[in-house]
Amino acid sequence: MRDDDDVLACLRRAGKQYGKLRALEGLDLSLRAGQVTALLGANGAGKTTAIGLLLGLLRADSGSAALFGRDPRELSARRGIGVMLQSAGLPERLRVGELLAQACSYYPHARSVADCVALAGLDGLLDRRYGMLSGGQQRRVQFAIAVCGRPRLLFLDEPTTGLDIDARQKLWQAIRELVAQGCGVLLTTHYLEEAEALSDRVVVLDRGKLVAEGSVREIRAHVAQRRVRCITAVDASDVARWPGVREAVRDGEYLRIVAEAAEPVVRRLLDADPHLHELEVQRAGLADAFLELTRNSDDTNIQHKEAA
Amino acid sequence: MSAIVPLSAHSPWRSYLQEAKCEALRMLREPAFCLPVIGFPVLFYLLFGVLLDKGEGKAAQYLLATYGAFGVIGAGLFGFGVTIAVDREKGLLRLKRALPVPPGALLLAKMVMAMLFAAIISLVLAVIAATVAGVTLEPSQWLRLLLIDVLGVLPFCAIGLYVGALVGGNAAPALLNMLYLPMAFLSGLWLPLTLLPGILSTIAPLWPAYHLGQLALKVVGFDMGQPIAMHVAVLIGIAALFFVLAQRRLSAAE
Repeated sequence: MRDDDDVLACLRRAGKQYGKLRALEGLDLSLRAGQVTALLGANGAGKTTAIGLLLGLLRADSGSAALFGRDPRELSARRGIGVMLQSAGLPERLRVGELLAQACSYYPHARSVADCVALAGLDGLLDRRYGMLSGGQQRRVQFAIAVCGRPRLLFLDEPTTGLDIDARQKLWQAIRELVAQGCGVLLTTHYLEEAEALSDRVVVLDRGKLVAEGSVREIRAHVAQRRVRCITAVDASDVARWPGVREAVRDGEYLRIVAEAAEPVVRRLLDADPHLHELEVQRAGLADAFLELTRNSDDTNIQHKEAA
Repeated sequence: MSAIVPLSAHSPWRSYLQEAKCEALRMLREPAFCLPVIGFPVLFYLLFGVLLDKGEGKAAQYLLATYGAFGVIGAGLFGFGVTIAVDREKGLLRLKRALPVPPGALLLAKMVMAMLFAAIISLVLAVIAATVAGVTLEPSQWLRLLLIDVLGVLPFCAIGLYVGALVGGNAAPALLNMLYLPMAFLSGLWLPLTLLPGILSTIAPLWPAYHLGQLALKVVGFDMGQPIAMHVAVLIGIAALFFVLAQRRLSAAE
């Protein structure tokens, strides 16, 4: 069912350069309806530039950016999006209700203020001044502003920074509801668990280039490693020499092992130490995959340089 | 359902109104802006125009015109300069550019806000002049003073905008004060230029504030006798120049 009709926004071989620094090199990216795309990358990987192109804040040096098939700098195209940026110093002296009414005025089919309050969990805050709110409450106001115009595509840049666990769960729930209604989402986050919890698709950027793209499962599969932890008398330096073991270190009374496959290592451990206990096996998370992917591209870069 | 909402036409008028309302409310609730911008010209006028006036009401008339100009220049410079610098630094300008805010709404809102403050300053001074200071003017003179103050704020909005586009929120107030206070003095807004060394009145036409001051002084008959058209032309030129410079600076910053 994923034909081109679903594509809400895209970058086509988009490039952007600041002086000698290549912020983005020929990036292809499609954002689809009803799908959360997580854009991951270290600082300076090109996330902000990619978002800037899609929002019409920047002009691509090469390639193109489109929102609903139009130039993102067109006002009518941007009426279909909602935006929550990493830092948005909204005027502190304005009340929450005033900020929402202002944001609603930008959109042709805006939600009611009561709707926004319910979606973002702002009960009882409408008459409070923005500057008097806690960091988490301010973040929720920013989310309400992002969704007030019934956007078909939502840009969420680090949406849950500064939120406690409960507030984060509620925001995730709100995002999931919007996505279920067909809204597309571009998410950037430093919390890989957030990307894991929300996203259908992950795009990993490194130095302005796409290094991996796929579902969370596909990305995780890039690293076939497992983490093993147990309390045992077996010596870490011995285990480190076992086949298939990448790393073995002692951490207090625990032995921590990173292995390509868990089963042979666990079997050998149990044979070596019948008193072994507290055994835990974990598959690699998105965080491990992310580190592995961006480290790999480090290596290839070095190889390129050596070859040149 | 959000998915089926079409990208339809939308009247931007509500956005312009909301933007202007929010900008005005935000500044009216900011004592750090209101107190100096309205308070200083009023205080100076009461002190030098009313209490220390020994010239049979001449100082009260002269200073009504020049403190009006002094006040609105402050409203323009600080109302634009500081907020633009802070909004830029904190990412609000970036968010507004990403949201479907109609073109120019932000600038128009700030202009309306500055003109509102200019009107408040002008009216407060007029009330003091007509009551405490005993200044009597024709109705048309009162009206012309108000008009000059309300429109005269705009070139200084442009200068403020440029300064705000140039430096950060911490540096903007200091830089604007270094511009504001000496320019007001050198333009004869605190003391008549005739009381200052001759060289200062010779170079006075270099300062934008001089031309606004002269337009206001012409209403009460204390100006240096240069043509209105020249003052107006200089002020329009300054407004245009700094708006263009600021726009280029703001779009290059992204």
